[in-house]
Amino acid sequence: MLLVPETDFGTPASHAEKLVTLTIDGREITVPEGTSIMRASMEAGIQVPKLCATDMVDAFGSCRLCLIEIDGRNGTPASCTTPVAPGIVVHTQTARLKDIRKGVMELYISDHPLDCLTCAANGDCELQDMAGAVGLRDVRYGYKGDNHVKARDSEGTNARWMPKDESNPYFTYDPSKCIVCSRCVRACEEVQGTFALTIEGRGFDSRVSPGQHEDFLSSECVSCGACVQACPTATLTEKSVISIGQPEHSVVTTCAYCGVGCSFKAEMRGEELVRMVPWKDGQANRGHSCVKGRFAYGYSTHKERILNPMIREKVTDPWREVSWDEALAHTAAEFRRIQYQYGRESIGGITSSRCTNEETYLVQKLIRAGFGNNNVDTCARVCHSPTGYGLGQAFGTSAGTQNFDSVEKSDVVIVIGANPTDGHPVFGSRLKKRLRQGAKLIVIDPRRIDLVRSPHVEAAYHLPLRPGTNVAVVTALAHVIVTEGLFDEAFIRTRCDWSEFEDWAGFVSDERHSPEATEALTGVPPEALRGAARLFATGGNGSIYYGLGVTEHSQGSTTVMAIANLAMATGNIGRPGVGVNPLRGQNNVQGSCDMGSFPHELPGYRHVSDDATRDIFEKLWGVTLSDEPGLRIPNMLDAAVDGSFKGLYIQGEDILQSDPDTKHVAAGLGAMECVVVQDLFLNETANYAHVFLPGSTFLEKDGTFTNAERRINRVRKVMTPRNGFADWEVTQNLARAMGLPWTYTHPSQVMDEIAATTPSFAKVSYAYLEEKGSVQWPCNEKAPEGSPIMHVDGFVRGKGKFIRTEYVATDEKTGPRFPLLLTTGRILSQYNVGAQTRRTENVVWHEEDRLEIHPHDAELRGIRDGDWVRLASRSGDTTLRALITDRVATGVVYTTFHHPTTQANVITTDFSDWATNCPEYKVTAVQISPSNGPSEWQTEYEDQARQSRRIAAKLEAAE
Amino acid sequence: MDRHLVSSDLATSVAEIVSDLKHLEGPLLPILHAVQDAFGHIPNEAVPMIATGLNLSRAEVHGVVTFYHDYRNHPAGRHVLKLCRAEACQAMGGDRLGDRAKSRLGIDFHQTTADGAITLEPVFCLGLCSTAPAAMLDGAVHGRLDAHGLDTLLAEVGA
Repeated sequence: MLLVPETDFGTPASHAEKLVTLTIDGREITVPEGTSIMRASMEAGIQVPKLCATDMVDAFGSCRLCLIEIDGRNGTPASCTTPVAPGIVVHTQTARLKDIRKGVMELYISDHPLDCLTCAANGDCELQDMAGAVGLRDVRYGYKGDNHVKARDSEGTNARWMPKDESNPYFTYDPSKCIVCSRCVRACEEVQGTFALTIEGRGFDSRVSPGQHEDFLSSECVSCGACVQACPTATLTEKSVISIGQPEHSVVTTCAYCGVGCSFKAEMRGEELVRMVPWKDGQANRGHSCVKGRFAYGYSTHKERILNPMIREKVTDPWREVSWDEALAHTAAEFRRIQYQYGRESIGGITSSRCTNEETYLVQKLIRAGFGNNNVDTCARVCHSPTGYGLGQAFGTSAGTQNFDSVEKSDVVIVIGANPTDGHPVFGSRLKKRLRQGAKLIVIDPRRIDLVRSPHVEAAYHLPLRPGTNVAVVTALAHVIVTEGLFDEAFIRTRCDWSEFEDWAGFVSDERHSPEATEALTGVPPEALRGAARLFATGGNGSIYYGLGVTEHSQGSTTVMAIANLAMATGNIGRPGVGVNPLRGQNNVQGSCDMGSFPHELPGYRHVSDDATRDIFEKLWGVTLSDEPGLRIPNMLDAAVDGSFKGLYIQGEDILQSDPDTKHVAAGLGAMECVVVQDLFLNETANYAHVFLPGSTFLEKDGTFTNAERRINRVRKVMTPRNGFADWEVTQNLARAMGLPWTYTHPSQVMDEIAATTPSFAKVSYAYLEEKGSVQWPCNEKAPEGSPIMHVDGFVRGKGKFIRTEYVATDEKTGPRFPLLLTTGRILSQYNVGAQTRRTENVVWHEEDRLEIHPHDAELRGIRDGDWVRLASRSGDTTLRALITDRVATGVVYTTFHHPTTQANVITTDFSDWATNCPEYKVTAVQISPSNGPSEWQTEYEDQARQSRRIAAKLEAAE
Repeated sequence: MDRHLVSSDLATSVAEIVSDLKHLEGPLLPILHAVQDAFGHIPNEAVPMIATGLNLSRAEVHGVVTFYHDYRNHPAGRHVLKLCRAEACQAMGGDRLGDRAKSRLGIDFHQTTADGAITLEPVFCLGLCSTAPAAMLDGAVHGRLDAHGLDTLLAEVGA
């Protein structure tokens, strides 16, 4: 195996349609107009020497190495900044150019250390390569005099020299090796959009500076690593490369964090991962990454990872390590005993949105074919189930309508209930890039998220609504669009049912939905809301991106429908730049839903009561399938408390931490007789488990993840599972222990079975993915290349459906005892319940959850920044430290849920979406008071967790 | 809370300057000039305020401030003498003038006398090549300087 080849074309591709033909070094080449001569040369196979150019950022023309000569033109223009022109004749290598380049290189090297042999970039250094390419043999200037290289010179300390900055946990900045090409600065600006870096000083004093001459960690740097990737020398280098050395082979795989689903090259040395480098051909991320995907993989070798199966009789016992055979035989026997004793419906399972499609498919197959019931659910229950329901009703299918590239064509973007720069950072960067090009932004969020205003990005409108009033706000937007006649009649008449539209239009036109009438509920100034509505309806391509701030409400499904209404009414469906785009939380939450993880749906969203669908699976699996929908997660827990549900197989999900009303979850799990947890770590749910099956990481398995744009991306195994088996093998072995005749030898066979049974996956196979890189479902006879944009010629359901969206206030209301509204979210450096990111160096950015509170609310309660506060709701209470900020409005407080000690879900209530039971995480009435330490529940919980995590010492063989 | 705790005076003045000038096309340089006029230098604490006001990053403003030698990040002496060090002035005896100034004041370029009276700075071209060597004292230019002329200038500011 070798490193996956990636060509650096020097400058970004031109998307012009007009083609231009020119001659470079005697070769004729045709490229789109606007292409640089540098890029055209590379496409012709001619590499012009370069240092400051790379195709992730725009041409800059500073290094003077890429000069060329053009017949009939004067001088030696830089090939990176000179566009192609028809018929020109270009020479990239002449005696004059050779002299100039050698002279330029000589100057570069005169202020660069000559420690190549011991340099971390040895073998991966563009400066070294260019010195070779131009034939540099001598540096006539010597190394005396002013330089940035030596810490000391003959006259004492060298004031120009700067020490290495090692403050970032993942990479170092060594200014002595810097050639000031400014690729890092431009990557930070153009690719990531953070603008954390600059060149300070001028001339020979020029240096790369994070922030105001600070170290990287104290600057605005978000550690996305784009600068490290862009650096042509060892100046910015991954610490892992410094400690391990250069990789010798690489494998393209898919990130296992958020729903953006970035493609990465896992660069390896043997079975050791040296670094993750985003893959430029990855169509979701286009060569970019965030701090989690690129750097936060250390959890896979963390010392707390459990590598041996364990069982115990009671959850109060210490764990006992056993063989795989014993663990699986025990589990199978327990599940069969429970079913014999309490009935077939007394056990179930939960699939994981962090595992592959194939693994998820096998878990639901085990439950349907092996357990003989439909008691399967997944974590999408607590995040995007309203998306599934809402979009399914409106459009006929539950998925997002666009690919991520689509944002490049958007003119007006609504972001509602999502915080992309923290939750979906790579999409956030792509959105910011489009906004810097001039697209307009409308943010609907109770909190002033970074997108509302951050360097070079400013929302045209921020509608800071009161948590829980999404439906009222989105319906008011529709009210303005309809009553002011801004709807797209032609689109509606051809694509939707006109009479349904008329009914809906009549409904939203009612005066009680006007911005003025709803202001009292929503707190949104009516003029701003009207302005936003007019902008969205008339500003060109309008797209809507939303997250859990939409779905995790008692009216989550209604808001999704309201969003769909808004998109249809403005004609913003079915072409690039528009659409309704749920930002999926987990890497494979789309896939886990596709794979039949819901208790009422077989793979491909087909209802279990559908005889034809059941028939397909019954014939293939040789069993009879239940036509009754099974239990959802909350129903399983309720049934457990009632005593009728006794066994649960949980693959890769920590329901105790992630599901609402922690105490209820604990009670449900506590009432079961056999809880089986399959995970990397002893997670919080494992505190209530009887069997622990060690899981494998995404680096240790083959499979596929499906991201938020329905893109099926390959996950490729780069190392042997440290626990012995990939998760799909564990499920298969459990199925065999329960007597099922499964004989898969590779996940590709599982995908073949999915393709054979599920129409939207009909053409998907590993061979096809190998050929195409990735495809977006539906991928079948009708759409053999997959479907980047959905509903192009017609909605999946035929005509788009307008649905009335009546605002109904949640039952969770503020009052004298609980006057504030708590809403929750994510932060960039941590991921979800933090099981992985807390076990990486990412904790330097976020070591604890903090409660954001407005200065006014804090002062009323005598709370200062950093004080411990007690956060109490009708459900429970916890303590954490306060962070005083005006990002939240008065009356609203906000926290993240990344740390189990905080247990924000002790606070959240058991209210849920009316259609899908998706819990109402985003609205809880709370009170805040000063506190001096952990709550009683936190202390008890800590004790219980410590007790529960004991592992009995292995018995030594008797002498 | 803000990472830079700053005096409210500074915050108020900078906020005023930013809001007065931010409507200009390319407002950053005029704002930096105004801040330097108001405080004699551009305090590090002012940089984040200007950045926020113009919706730039701190790094960008820092890059601009450090690019121009005229902007200083600490206060200068009561008077600033800039001696031109560019080619024409060097050819006309600028180096000797520089050495004289340094020894009269007992300081090097970029330094301020111990009593805070005067700061000596090199400058690269005042555009007065035809009357070299040239200098600028507190914003006023002086041409055809010789040792006597320099001494007179220094005497004017009490050094």
